[in-house]
Formats: sequence, C-alpha cells, structure tokens
Amino acid sequence: MKLSCDIAVKPLSRVEGHGNIHIRIEDGVLQEASWEVVETPRFFEAMLVGKHWENAPYICGRICGICSIGHTLASIRAVENGFAIEPSSQTAALRLLLKHMETLQSHVLHLAFLVAPDFLGTGSVLPLTKSHPEAVQRALRLKLLANDACDLIGGRRMHPTRTVVGGFTMLPDKAQLDLLLRRLRAAAPDLAATAELFASFTIPDFVRETEFVSLKGETDYPFIGGALMSSDGVERPEAGYLAMTNEYCTPASTAKWAKLSRPSFAVGALARCNNNFHLLHPTARAVAESFGLAPVCHNPFMTNIAQLVECVHVMADAARLIEELLDRSFTEPRQPVQSRAGLGVGAVEVPRGILYHAYEFDDAGRILHADCVIPTGQNHANILHDLEALARSWAAAGTPDLEIERLACMLVRAYDPCISCSVH
Amino acid sequence: MRGQLSYLGVELARPRVAFFELTSCEGCQLQILNNEASLLDFLSLVEVVNFREAMTERHDDYDVAFVEGSVSRADEADRLRAIRANAKILVALGSCACFGGVNQLKNRFRDLDWVKREVYGDFPIITQEVLPLSAVVDVDLCIYGCPIRKEEVEKIVTNLVLGKAISHPRYPVCMECQASQNICLFDLGEPCLGPVTRAGCNAWCPSNRRGCWGCRGPADDANLAQLEKIMAERGVSAEAMLDRLECFGGFATQADLLRSAAADGRKP
Ligand code: SF4
Ligand code: SF4
Ligand code: SF4
Repeated sequence: MKLSCDIAVKPLSRVEGHGNIHIRIEDGVLQEASWEVVETPRFFEAMLVGKHWENAPYICGRICGICSIGHTLASIRAVENGFAIEPSSQTAALRLLLKHMETLQSHVLHLAFLVAPDFLGTGSVLPLTKSHPEAVQRALRLKLLANDACDLIGGRRMHPTRTVVGGFTMLPDKAQLDLLLRRLRAAAPDLAATAELFASFTIPDFVRETEFVSLKGETDYPFIGGALMSSDGVERPEAGYLAMTNEYCTPASTAKWAKLSRPSFAVGALARCNNNFHLLHPTARAVAESFGLAPVCHNPFMTNIAQLVECVHVMADAARLIEELLDRSFTEPRQPVQSRAGLGVGAVEVPRGILYHAYEFDDAGRILHADCVIPTGQNHANILHDLEALARSWAAAGTPDLEIERLACMLVRAYDPCISCSVH
Repeated sequence: MRGQLSYLGVELARPRVAFFELTSCEGCQLQILNNEASLLDFLSLVEVVNFREAMTERHDDYDVAFVEGSVSRADEADRLRAIRANAKILVALGSCACFGGVNQLKNRFRDLDWVKREVYGDFPIITQEVLPLSAVVDVDLCIYGCPIRKEEVEKIVTNLVLGKAISHPRYPVCMECQASQNICLFDLGEPCLGPVTRAGCNAWCPSNRRGCWGCRGPADDANLAQLEKIMAERGVSAEAMLDRLECFGGFATQADLLRSAAADGRKP
C-alpha cells in the first residue's frame, strides 16, 4: 500500500526559536510541505531609528544569544565602514580570534547537543551523558575552551562587553593568551575524536542542487568583510548586499525570505566550504576529504560535516593568530571615532551563514534607517524546497511516515536554524 | 555544587523544571547550557521535563517554570497563562522577562503602525506593546540580567531545592565594582549606571571597562537625581544617559520622565 500521512511537527525541538514542519502525503505522492516560522518579531530595525551610533552594536548584539559576538562584530563593521574607519591590524586580529572562538562554540553546541542525538537515536543529549559520557565530556571541554576564549577577548561569552566601534575597551592579558594557546593545542585530540564519532554516523543520502552564497575569500578563508559571491557566479562588493539578498515577505513566516539566481539559495558552513574550499587550512581540508566533502556538495545534511571541518580550521587559525599576537607589543586598544553622514554596510560570516548589518546615518551620527539580514532568513526558502524534495522522493520510495518525519527534522536541524534571530 | 551534594550524601527531592521562551534572543536559556563546568551537576539536581531548545521530549507536569522573554503577541499571553496554571513556581528568567528587556525599546514609539511599516512595509504583521511577564501573570521570582549570570541561576535553583530563602542584593553595582578595585569609568570619561543599578553581576561590565547600562534594573533606593547630577558634572549628554536608562526597561519610569523633558528641550 502506498503511503498516506499527515506529519506535523509543532514546534521543532533542538533548534533555536519556533518553527513548524508540516508534510502531507497521499498515496505516495507529496501534496503539501510547509516550513512555518511563527516566532514573534522584535523590530530591531525600528528600535535603532533615532539612536546615536554607539547604541547599534550594543542593542544589535541582542538579536541573538548564540551568535551575539557575530552580530556585535557585523554591527561594529557597518558603523566603521559608514565612518571610513579602518581597524588596526591588532584589532582585526583580536576580532577574528574572537569570531573563531564563537564559531567553535556554536558549531560544537550544534553538533554535539542538537545533531548527535538524532544519529544516536535519543531525544536529547541527556541520555548520551550515560551512553556516551566520553563524547559528551569532550564536547563540553571544547565548548568551555571556546567560551573561555570569548570571555578573555570579548569580556563575556554572550553579549560581549569589550567590543566597541574603534576596537576594544581593554586587551587580553598575554599570559592568558599563552594559556589559551596551550589549551587549544591540547584540545586537538578532543576534536579528532568528535570527528571519529561523526565518521561512524550514516549521513542521509539526499541531493538537491541549489545556489550557495558566502563571502569570497581572497587569500584567507573568509569571516569578516570582503566581496560577496554565489556558486552560480554572482559577485558583488560588500556594500552591494541588497543585490544578493532580495528579501521578500511571505505569509507562512514572520521572517523575511531571500532569493538570488534561483527560487532559493543556501548560506552557512556548507556554502562557505563550497565557495572557499581551497582556502581551508590543510588539516581541515584533509578532514573534509575523509568525509567525501568536496565542492560543490549539494547534500544539505553535509552542513554538519562542513561545521566539523570549520572547527578544525578555526582551531588551527586561532593558534596562528595567538602566536602572532604574542609576538607583537600591544598598542592602544581603541582608536578615536568621528561620525559622518552616509551609509555603512558590514558583512560577517557568522556560524549559520552570511550576516549583513547596514545603517544610514545623519550628520550627527544618529541612525536614520537600519537593515539587518540574517543567515537563517536567507536559508528559509531553501529549507522549504529541500523539505519538499525530500518528502517527495522518500514518499515515492516507500519510506514509512515516522522515518520521513525523522529525516525532515534532521534536515531542518542540519541548517542549524536560528529562528528568533531570523525574525528579529 | 558537587561538593554540597555529595556532602549531603542523600537523594534530594529533584524538582521537575521546565524552560520556556517568549519574545527573546534565547540567550538566557543558552547561558544555562553555557555552564560547561557544572552543567551536568546542575542537571542532576533537577529533572528537566521541558526544554525545547535542547530536547525533544515534553511534559506539562512541572514544579518550576523558567520563562525567558517578554510578551509581545496575544498567543504569548495565552501560553504564559497556561504555564502559570501548571507551575508551582514561576521564575522570570532575564531582563526581557523581568522588565521587557531590549524588546521594549520599540514601546518608545507611540505609533505602532509606524514600527510595523518601518520593518515590514505593507506586509501585515501582528505585534503589540511589549510587556514584562508580571503585567500578565503573577511572577514568584525574578532573575535579572541581559544576559543572566549562570552562577546565579544555579544558586537560586539550589536554594529552591534546599528550601532556602532567595534574596537579591539591594545595593548598587558600584559596591561590587569598588570591591574589585576597578578604575571608575567616570574617571575615564565614560558614563556608567553603576550608582543606581542593582548589583549581583559582580560589576560585569565595568570590570571590562564598559559602562553599566542598567540591565539588572534599579537598586533599592536608587537615587536618580544624584545620578543626573553626576552625569551633568561629568559632561555626559542627556541623550547618552537616556540611551542607557531606557535600554532594558528596568528604569522605564525614569526614562519616560527624561524623554518628555527632552521633548521640550531637545529633538528626541
Ligand atoms: S534578557 Fe538579554 S540575553 Fe536574556 S533573552 Fe533577553 S535579550 Fe536575550
Ligand atoms: S565604574 Fe561604574 S560601577 Fe564602577 S564605581 Fe564607577 S560608576 Fe560605579
Ligand atoms: S554591569 Fe550593569 S549592564 Fe553590566 S551586567 Fe551588571 S547590571 Fe548589567
């Protein structure tokens, strides 16, 4: 007998924010698939209107608890670009290090706490503390390391205190940086063992061609600022972000959706890897190759593996940055800021994909208009199209409904959606 | 926390706790997961029966409900009332829940339609004035902060389990800041709400050379007139002071006063 079923997941668990999945199949044929985003909007773009520029990073960091550092840095970059401020090389190195450590903590949280339970057949990480205590302890150690590093550089792991327009309010202690370097080196086996655990999982075999959008690295794997690119060949300067995002409103969602050359595109770890594979640290590339991840990979479940690869990359690059920082004598943490009228755009690769903040300033440095385009918002349409394709092909193949439901949940989780952030 | 438990050596009653989020950044919940060193000990103290951000299983029989976020839509008010009906103890988790948090910054615009249009254009969207939990239901306990301090949550939960009284510091952040022997930010030319904000964060921001923005709300007997005087003496603009006072909603009354005063003198 052909499958007929009505799958409703309301709301999806183990993701940030509220989203609902609905799939209806009749006689093995997909009738309807929906991805509903029901989160309440907070109206950050309106909140900023009339505010002096110094408020922007402080308030906008609060768009997201998981990637508050990324939001703060994107906001700072937008302000600095608006005022034609070039961060010092010391500030740039510290910001990138901070960014790397947020990427590490966010990816490890996602992989170990939100994704691994699916592959190990549990509803949360709690049972794994008994069945896989070592794996859980390893993830906790990695997360602790990353969070401690964020405390050290940003002042606080969430809603950082030291990050300001012009630089930092204060600098990390070099002895502490040295300690961090040693902890990073000592943590390599934990990450290797985590990779081994993921190598034992069967990644669902599902492919749907799509477009991948990310920053374009020139000499380094990109994280903070630079040109924008898509795997379909679109390239734009950072300030031309609107041509990449083309946001629109849709009835099933309180978040805005995005499109470029096709009806949808994807951002995130897989997009970054696909578009900048050659710039990955050699050790990270080796891990990618061991998982069969090579550009252009169109299996969204491989986002999990791309995150793992990025963990290896950021740990290696963080060690390089700390060595450089230890070798130099620190200069002033903060440079003076002179506001001016005009538009400032900042693009930053946060864990879930490319994030844009853009502000228009008046003569006094007050915000006339603000725009924030969130990675998960850019992914929503792609998530929906993947869900449709997945349900259609697996229903036709006679997969039972519970299995389709499980795979659909895993698919959305693979995007690591940050739903309240996407609505903001 | 482990020491305390093994010292007691007996199975403590494990309260069933649940976590919920309304309009928020989910950061306060994440702070609980962010406490890697003691997370597992903490989890052994309680039975988590509902935590959508971290687990799939869900139950509605809980003793303590931690609710993060503020109320900004009718369905959230309904959810909150249902949670209140189920919970023996309802805890407001973080400044969004306690005062409206950064979300209430949109309340400063009288015209809600303008707010909607500014973000969504003509697309229909439902929202309302942002409210703290206590405007909708009775709240038994507030945990202040944006974000909350994880140590504080653990202390409060431990005290709940042990049946100990829970109290917040009545004194301002300045006391903690001075105890840490920080350089006062006013001496570095930066405004700070430390003199009027409730302590308990261990002067988190001033210790990182960042002025306090008052995320934990007013201390007992907060002297706003005195603060205004200090700010004026140090040449801090009324606008910068208002930016801080209105940011998290804890000083909403004072911010309203300042704003209407400014409306006469200065362009808002
Ligand atoms: S109080 Fe701050 S950290 Fe907590 S949920 Fe609200 S915005 Fe996020
Ligand atoms: S820095 Fe702020 S909290 Fe510290 S003493 Fe000065 S005013 Fe008080
Ligand atoms: S110093 Fe002020 S703003 Fe910072 S955490 Fe403490 S109360 Fe909140």
